[in-house]
Amino acid sequence: MPPPVSQLNDSAAHIARLIREDWGRILAALTASIGDYTLAEDSLQDAVVSALQTWPEKGMPNSAAAWLIAVARRKALDRLRRQKTMTQKEDELAHWLEVQHENEDIDIGTIPDQRLELIYTCCHPALDQKSRVALTLRALGGLSTEHIAKAFLDKTDAMAARLTRAKKKLSAAGIAFKLPEPEDIVPRTEAVLRVIYLIFNEGAHASNGDLTRADLVGEAIRLGRILCVLLPEHAETKGLLALMLLSDSRRFARVDAHGDFVPLEAQNRARWDRAKITEGLALVEASLSKGPAGPYAIQAAISALHAQASVFDDTDWPQIVALYEVLQSRAPNPILTVNQAVALSYAQTPDAGLALLDRVAQDPKLAAYQPYHTCRADLLARMGRAGDAALSYQRAIDLSPSKAQARFLQLRLDALQNT
Amino acid sequence: MQYMCLIYSQEGKGPQPGTEEFGGYMQAYMTFTKTMKDAGKLVAGDALNPVATATTVSVRDGKTEIVDGPFAETKEQLGGYYLLECDDLDDALKCAAMIPTAEHGRIEVRPVMIFD
Repeated sequence: MPPPVSQLNDSAAHIARLIREDWGRILAALTASIGDYTLAEDSLQDAVVSALQTWPEKGMPNSAAAWLIAVARRKALDRLRRQKTMTQKEDELAHWLEVQHENEDIDIGTIPDQRLELIYTCCHPALDQKSRVALTLRALGGLSTEHIAKAFLDKTDAMAARLTRAKKKLSAAGIAFKLPEPEDIVPRTEAVLRVIYLIFNEGAHASNGDLTRADLVGEAIRLGRILCVLLPEHAETKGLLALMLLSDSRRFARVDAHGDFVPLEAQNRARWDRAKITEGLALVEASLSKGPAGPYAIQAAISALHAQASVFDDTDWPQIVALYEVLQSRAPNPILTVNQAVALSYAQTPDAGLALLDRVAQDPKLAAYQPYHTCRADLLARMGRAGDAALSYQRAIDLSPSKAQARFLQLRLDALQNT
Repeated sequence: MQYMCLIYSQEGKGPQPGTEEFGGYMQAYMTFTKTMKDAGKLVAGDALNPVATATTVSVRDGKTEIVDGPFAETKEQLGGYYLLECDDLDDALKCAAMIPTAEHGRIEVRPVMIFD
């Protein structure tokens, strides 16, 4: 029996969060059975709308996932019937959906996990790079168009149009819902890695208001592990998994008891997850032993240098700066420059860090990039330029995606003004 | 699904008639065509005469206009096509990559629209 409605945290936001947890798996199952991504996603969206109306009134079903799949299939049938004409394929699908309708007892445990098929489909090379990432975040991460736009530092309208175009191409161009052929798996994986890393970052930096979205981080790591099994010889897959594990090893040290953000220099290193660090370090080594290091392996090596320093002052900053220089020499990136400026400020002086930051200050990508303004504020504060630092802190606070980060920056700003 | 593979290349680039490589190039086309036929994928396929033989027609306000040449002056010109029946886009892209001109030109792969 479902619990009484009054006991549920039945706000729309709560339900939406619950649904998003299962979104990727449900959508993969639906796409596999319906055969058309757009129809599957639209029908699932219809089912979500139903859930938001029904659940607060009647209580939660035993299995939210099973309920959503059953309702989404019904919605798919409705959508097909609303069309004036059906192709033979759609006719067969409608018939299949009718049969499924009679058999509503869906056991979510018996539905195979086809998220990997879904991710390779979303990352198909016939889609442009940005659409692949956007579609995967939508399909696997269950993120809203608005969140995806934010992750890209892009406008919501433009992102919505991009997603629509990509979905149209999936069905019109006949991009199949399947794993790539064995001979294609390595090139096809590069795009998948990029996407997984973005999902990881979305979880770790959480633009939805929480400080950490462990589910997305866990999902990215899980997908990384599956890829490592599928591609045991692929160095960058190991590099990416290492990078994610090492970065995530600091998750619990990154937040204090009040839920406030703790920067690297103030973290209690005893709270770092040793198991993740051990696994991450071994993966970095394995990845680097397989030939020239790729960007993920190099970033993992940077993270490993942090993990190996028992106190902040022991950090091998010159080595970290050198690794950032290798990364930049291959693909210049203003976002990396922000991190590089921090490393340089400790390897040399805050002035040197600021000088590096100034070289990318005009980059339009950084204008609304919160970590840029935070980094700038920190460097200015360390240089004793309190007034300039305050302006940058204020800008960073305004751009903070989470309240915890905004609070943390406010404390720094207050400390600055009290000195 | 049917896919139209449009074969584009710069005229004068790639193996030219009368050269030693040209025989091998033609042979590769015959092999490709046979492979597609044997796999049951070949719907149609032709080579086109050079762009110098092209004439472009348009009708505006009931008036037919005829212009010498292709509709667009681009570096790479349409030189032929294959219409293939393929399982999905991956299948079509693999076939397209086997078209000999892909080595120096480009193949644009377009799904054929289905009207019900």
